[in-house]
Amino acid sequence: MSEAAVQTKDVTPQVSGAPKAVDALQARLDALSLPGGGFTASARADALARLREMGLPGPRDEYWRYTDPRPFNAPVPQPIPIEAREPDSPLFLDLPRLTLVFVDGAFDAAESDDLSLEGIEIDTLAQADTGADHWAKGLYGVLEASGQNPVKRPFAALNTAAAQDGVLIRVTGKPSRPVHIIHRRAREDADVTWHHVIRVEEGAELTLLETGMAGARSNGVIEADLAKGARLHYIAAKRAGHQKLGNAHLFARVAAEAQLKSFALSVNGTLMRHEAFIDIVGDDAVAHIAAAVLGDGNVGAFHHDDTVFVTHGAERCESRQVFKKVLKNGAEGVFQGKILVKPGAQKTDGYQISQALLLDERSQFLAKPELEIYADDVQCSHGSTTGALDETALFYLRSRGVPKDRAVVFLVLSFLADALEEIEDEVLRGQINDRLEAWLTRHGNQ
Amino acid sequence: MLKINNLHVKLEEEDKQILKGLSLEVPAGQVHAIMGPNGSGKSTLSYVLSGRDGYEVTEGGATMDGEDLLEMEPEERAAAGLFLAFQYPVEIPGVGNMTFLRTAVNAQRKARGQEEISSGEFLKVIRAKAAELQIDADMLKRPVNVGFSGGEKKRNEILQMAMLEPRMCIMDETDSGLDVDAMRLVADGVNALRSPDRSFLVITHYQRLLNHIQPDVVHIMSNGRIVKTGGPDLALQVEDEGYGDLLAEAG
Ligand SMILES: Nc1ncnc2c1ncn2[C@@H]1O[C@H](COP(=O)(O)OP(=O)(O)OP(=O)(O)O)[C@@H](O)[C@H]1O
Ligand SMILES: [Mg+2]
Repeated sequence: MSEAAVQTKDVTPQVSGAPKAVDALQARLDALSLPGGGFTASARADALARLREMGLPGPRDEYWRYTDPRPFNAPVPQPIPIEAREPDSPLFLDLPRLTLVFVDGAFDAAESDDLSLEGIEIDTLAQADTGADHWAKGLYGVLEASGQNPVKRPFAALNTAAAQDGVLIRVTGKPSRPVHIIHRRAREDADVTWHHVIRVEEGAELTLLETGMAGARSNGVIEADLAKGARLHYIAAKRAGHQKLGNAHLFARVAAEAQLKSFALSVNGTLMRHEAFIDIVGDDAVAHIAAAVLGDGNVGAFHHDDTVFVTHGAERCESRQVFKKVLKNGAEGVFQGKILVKPGAQKTDGYQISQALLLDERSQFLAKPELEIYADDVQCSHGSTTGALDETALFYLRSRGVPKDRAVVFLVLSFLADALEEIEDEVLRGQINDRLEAWLTRHGNQ
Repeated sequence: MLKINNLHVKLEEEDKQILKGLSLEVPAGQVHAIMGPNGSGKSTLSYVLSGRDGYEVTEGGATMDGEDLLEMEPEERAAAGLFLAFQYPVEIPGVGNMTFLRTAVNAQRKARGQEEISSGEFLKVIRAKAAELQIDADMLKRPVNVGFSGGEKKRNEILQMAMLEPRMCIMDETDSGLDVDAMRLVADGVNALRSPDRSFLVITHYQRLLNHIQPDVVHIMSNGRIVKTGGPDLALQVEDEGYGDLLAEAG
């Protein structure tokens, strides 16, 4: 990326070119305490080298055209009051599940469940990383590294180098309960780097839930490796902290006949960037990623960026991207989505839709959908729309006696419905729907 | 019940006058029909009465039970007992028919200071009414009007009307798109609702519906005005002769 960074990679940082960029990276690194790592040591060192080569993203960086990377580049985040968040009670509380609680990014065993469950092995990164060997050794930083092509993702490399903690999950069967990762905050200024590695073995299945807000700033990476016929259903609902700042990355490798389904709910946030890099490597595999995003500029600045890259490298695979954003009071939404169909990936079925519902004229949505296809027998489509509420539908509901605010809530939920459809489990979907409804009701008439 | 006096309406965005001095009165308990050529302003009248945005009343007015209708929000008109069965019912993906209707029923009850209906009670009532209109349980669970056939949408309008129990029912071409049997079902539904304190304004192009729902009065509308008012025979005359002579006679 930055030439200066390339030139100086083996030298002391301050030398030539544009010392500022290098200084900035060094300052960013200095503010973190980089763990040496046990089984991850070489992966961390490699990631650091990658990062030094790439540098931090700058304002002219094409992949950061619509989103300002500076708050991610800054050495430390602005503190955020713990209570600056929506008043909802936590999600999924009443469901059977195995919970792991992280406070300011560190695993809290006392608050968590016993980690033994049939069909699954769960470790936490910081603890496992005291040893030199682990099954996750072949994956930690590996999927991230392969996701650095063709587009650079410096914060993911930074994450691999700096990750404090996270979960390492190996699924060998069909565990009876979902695993639920809960993030909590204790310090107002915590800068959290979490990193999960998930390996779903052949024919195994897991539902993974992740909720809460990790810190004043968070940088997350999930590396998910799905073996033949494996299924992973990931549902993230990050706590609606008003000023949160974060980026999260999902790197997935999907083998033959495997199915990945990911759904993310994002509510509020000064600056959020979610990157997904999905590599479909085996025939007849399926990958769906969806998101529902709600932003109200009145709660604070709101900017949410979904950046997705799906690669089809095998035959008869299906991918589906469904991204919906509801924006009001000057909120900004971004979608950059790409489907790459490699030579030989015949009978690919690729679908991508990104839509924004703008509830006023001050909000805006920027979308950059892309297709790149090197196989001749494929079916790929993409679409992007930006629109306002349907006045006819609004009138129809009101003419039945439904008050205007309530009618708006109905129509917004209607707009989001396709994204929520990607949550298979009805109970989980219902809870997410209720959460959306509560937010919309609270933010109705401002 | 409903009094429309010298109503003049133009489009808000354009300099286009659609209603040009329309007067009409529907007393409690009566059924009035409005017939008239395409584009004469029938749907516009129904929208203005129920409060759709985009129109500007330049002269005249409309009251229901003596209250100024045009001052109220659409939901307030609904709570006051006004209902419009749409010419083109709207599809709302992602919102279940049941949820929508229960919300509407309860919102109206709340606005009137009544207690909300329990979900058990609601279910019982809606099932019974749906059965009368031959709307199957599966349709009730689907999103509002999504994937419904034209005729199913119209029957769904009547189901909503039956559930909301309005006192002033405006039906805009509810008969178009209905097969013969469905038309009879809809007419039966309407007739079951007829009562001394409920009125109907039935907009239609066809005499056939009026065979099933006997109107007390028939109005002919043309170019934004009522040009002739008469008994049920007037509908027969339209059916036989078209509008030509009637409109010529009215000038
Ligand atoms: N929003 C609008 N923009 C432009 N023209 C309009 C609008 N609404 C109504 N009109 C015009 O006003 C006139 C009356 O329309 P309206 O739909 O009320 O007629 P109608 O009597 O219901 O006709 P039909 O029998 O075909 O249903 C028509 O010429 C129509 O094109
Ligand atoms: Mg009409």
